[in-house]
Parts: sequence; C-alpha cells; structure tokens
Amino acid sequence: MSISRHLLAWSAATAITVTSLVGAGAAGAAPGRPVAPQQVTGTVTVSAAASLTDVFPVIAAAFMRKYPGTNVKFNFGGSPALVEQINAGAPVDVLATASELTMWKAVNAGRVNAPFLFAKNGMAIAMPPGNPAGIKRLSDLARPGVLVAVCAVAVPCGATTTDVLKLNSVVVKPVTLELDVRAVLGKVMADEVDAGIVYVTDVKAAGGKVTSVTIPPASNVTTTYPIATVIGAPNVEAARAFVTYVRFTTSAQGILHAYGFARPW
Amino acid sequence: MTARRAASPPWFLIGPGVIAVAFLVVPLIALLLQAPWDSFASIISTPSAMDALRLSFVTSLIATAIAAVIGIPLAWLLAREILPGTRLIRALVIVPLLLPPVVSGVALLAAFGRRGAVGGFLFDTFGIQFPFTTTGVILAETFVAMPFLIITLEGAFRSFDRRFEDAAVTLGASPWTVFRRITIPLVGPSIIAGAALCWARALGEFGATITFAGNFPGVTQTMPLAVYTALESDRDIAIALSILLLAVSVAVLVALRGNYMRGASRS
Repeated sequence: MSISRHLLAWSAATAITVTSLVGAGAAGAAPGRPVAPQQVTGTVTVSAAASLTDVFPVIAAAFMRKYPGTNVKFNFGGSPALVEQINAGAPVDVLATASELTMWKAVNAGRVNAPFLFAKNGMAIAMPPGNPAGIKRLSDLARPGVLVAVCAVAVPCGATTTDVLKLNSVVVKPVTLELDVRAVLGKVMADEVDAGIVYVTDVKAAGGKVTSVTIPPASNVTTTYPIATVIGAPNVEAARAFVTYVRFTTSAQGILHAYGFARPW
Repeated sequence: MTARRAASPPWFLIGPGVIAVAFLVVPLIALLLQAPWDSFASIISTPSAMDALRLSFVTSLIATAIAAVIGIPLAWLLAREILPGTRLIRALVIVPLLLPPVVSGVALLAAFGRRGAVGGFLFDTFGIQFPFTTTGVILAETFVAMPFLIITLEGAFRSFDRRFEDAAVTLGASPWTVFRRITIPLVGPSIIAGAALCWARALGEFGATITFAGNFPGVTQTMPLAVYTALESDRDIAIALSILLLAVSVAVLVALRGNYMRGASRS
C-alpha cells in the first residue's frame, strides 16, 4: 500500500503533462533537452516544500557550478502556502511541492507549466535523543500522556500522516498541528514533544539530534514531489534549466538519493 | 499674499500623505472585496471558528488582566524612578515590543519550555508544561503585549500633576490610599487606553504563540493561527476570519476614541 492516495487523480494529469510536453518541445526549448549554458544566467527563485530545505541548496550549488552566472534563491515553506503565494502572483521561477495534490492546485489555476515528478518520500517517527517516552512503534503514539506533534492535514506531510495512521488503525491525539514538516521536526529537536511524524528524509537531515523509528514499507504511505516552471517566470530560461537539472541529471538524482529521497519512477 | 500662502497646504506633504493613506487602507478594502459574503455567516459560526474566537477572547483578556496587575505598578515605579537603574529597566521591558514575535517565542521556549531554564525545573519537579497548553498561549500574549500597557501608563504617570498626591499625603493619607484614590483615577483614561492597546496586541498575537504554544484547535489555536491554518486549505475561510478580526480592531478603535473624549472632557 505504498501507493500515493492521489495517484488516480495524477494519472489523468500525466496524460495532459505528456501532451503539453510534446507541445512545448515543438514550440521552443524542450524542458527535457539540455539548455545551452550561455543562455542560462541570472537569479532563479525557487519556492520549495519545507522537506527540501536541506537537499535543494546542495543541488543548487551543483547547478550553479554547471551554469556559472546563475544564482539560485529559495523560499521554503508549507506547499499550500507556496502555491497560494504563486497563485497570488509572487515573482517565482520554479515551484517544487511535497505532493501532487498541492501542485495540481497551481496547475489548475494556470500558474505553472506541466510538472515533473522528481522524488518520493515516506514517513518516519522522530523522537528527541534518549526517546523519553520509549516509543517503539506507531501504536505507541496513541498512549495517553505521549505528546505528539504532526503536520496539519492541509499540508502534504499532514495528509500523508493521516493516511499512515488510518492504514495502521492508530488513533493519535496530537498536541499541535504544525504548518510545515520542519516545524514538527523543530518541536522534536527542542524536546518539547515526545514524538513527531516527519518524512524519512527529515530524520536523516536531523542527524544525531533526533532518534527515530522506521515505519515498515508495507504500513507506510509515500508522497511524490512534482517540480514545475512558473508561467510568466521572471527568468524563464534558468527556470527551465533548473527543472531539467533536478529531474533529469544523475548528479541531482544522486544528491536526492544521498538525502534519503527515493525515485518516483 | 503672505496669509494666503500660509493657508494653502504644502504640496510636498500632500502627495506622500495620500500615498500613505492609500497604502494603509487599500489592503483592508481589498480584503472586504474578496470576502465570501454569501457564506460569511456560516463560516464564522462553525464550531472551529467559534472555538478559535472564544479562545482568543479568553486568553487575550486574561493576558491583559495579568499585564494590568503587574504592569501598572511597574509603570508607576518607572515613572517615579524609584528603582535603581530605571533607564536600563525601562529599556529592557520595552524589548519584547520591538522584538520579532517569533523571537519572543524562541525566548519563551528557552525560559519556559520543558527543557528551559525555568520550565525544566517546573517540568521535572511538578510535571508542569507550558507549551501546547492554553496557559502557554496566555504567557506568550502577556509577554508580547504588556510593554504596550507599561509604556502608555508610564507616560501618564509622568505627565500628571503630582501636587494632588502631595496634598493628599499632607492631609494624612496612606500611600495605598493615595495610589488608589488619587493616582489611579487621575490616569484612568490612560489605563483604559493602555489596556485596550495591550488587549488588541494580545488578540492579534501570532508568532510567539505558534512558536511557543503550538497550534491545536480549541487549546492553542487562536484566531490569527486559525486564519493562517485556514489559508493552507480554504482561502474563503481565512478571509472571513480575517474580517472578523478586522471588525474587532475597528470596534476597539471606536470604543477607545469614545473613552479618550470622555476622559478629556472630564479633566
């Protein structure tokens, strides 16, 4: 059951994606084809899901080495807030969200071009060092007196968390509904909660600052990450180059893998 | 000719002034224009909206009461420069007013979190934890809003005529009687103004609350947090709740103005 709940909705979207990709390829620079380095320059502003906070700057550093003269700037946050900003006209070049559903809202609003899926992530339980509440499995989070932080259901990590708990028939009463996954991780690292449900990659990013319990694949739920260029992007060429770089280069995919992301294909 | 020139308003002030008004007013009007008026009543009467509204009122009123009980005495002490290092103390207690609220939240965690300097002791000894509780919300609001009350009141205590107090003392009144019967009534309008400012700030508190107390409906999710959370899922709900807060702010302004005028005509 490691299938995203939005997969069905997505397959319809993919059909459109493919068609518009062909169209884009005929019209101009195909996102799938490498853009000549000399055309790509200037600042690229990337709005990215909070769970990409650590990995994207590393990919951006590699991107800037490949395209000297570019400068990648980030705006990290909860995916719906990023979509909301872009739908309201924020001058952003690239959008990368932590779920297909949130990206679909930007697609529907006519604010981004056809997205590519570039990474996949699962959930894990993070605890403060020393695991004060002795959490060993998901069902331990339902014990009375255990303080649990999760994401609000409106953000991708919250939607996936809800799915994981439902799949395992665990009913948790959290003490806080955070608006992005890094806020959950922060509460865990600060030792203000006994456990938080975060992405596998967040546990990896936190290093020794948290301990963790993995959720076995059979009872885990994954979310996939789409990336797209924004329609009317201030820096179209560099935006295309960045999207292409993240999705299609082995170096970017290697970095994603090193940070714990899986391939969505 | 000279008189005419003096009467005509200086052109170089009008332009910037009009821009300032437009800048401050246009977003509020835009908010009203985007409002989902047909579903407004049903949105703000949902249990979750009512929970957030009730929580906001209760916590901000308690925060204001705490600020009054400990802030008014401090304002008096500062105004009379009784404490050693009055200037330093005054600067220190105003810092939370200038601090980004999220920094206040981090500072509160450092002090009252369950691993904090004070909170660690309370948690280990009594099992008391402030984060994720309504008490935590009240602490955050008091921390951020009390300086408004202190500043307003200190100014009032400084500027009033101390001969009334002196006369009362000469007539044999105790310090408590002087404070209660002379000082407080004389600064009454300022107390109301300071408390209203403090309350409005507490009602609007967001950064320190979400950082220190978390975000859970009915426990720590006050109106501003509900607005921000709703923005993640349903913009209409966020706008409706925003308009409710805007209405409260305007109501405070109107009430305050009435009070100021009554206070002025009395004295």
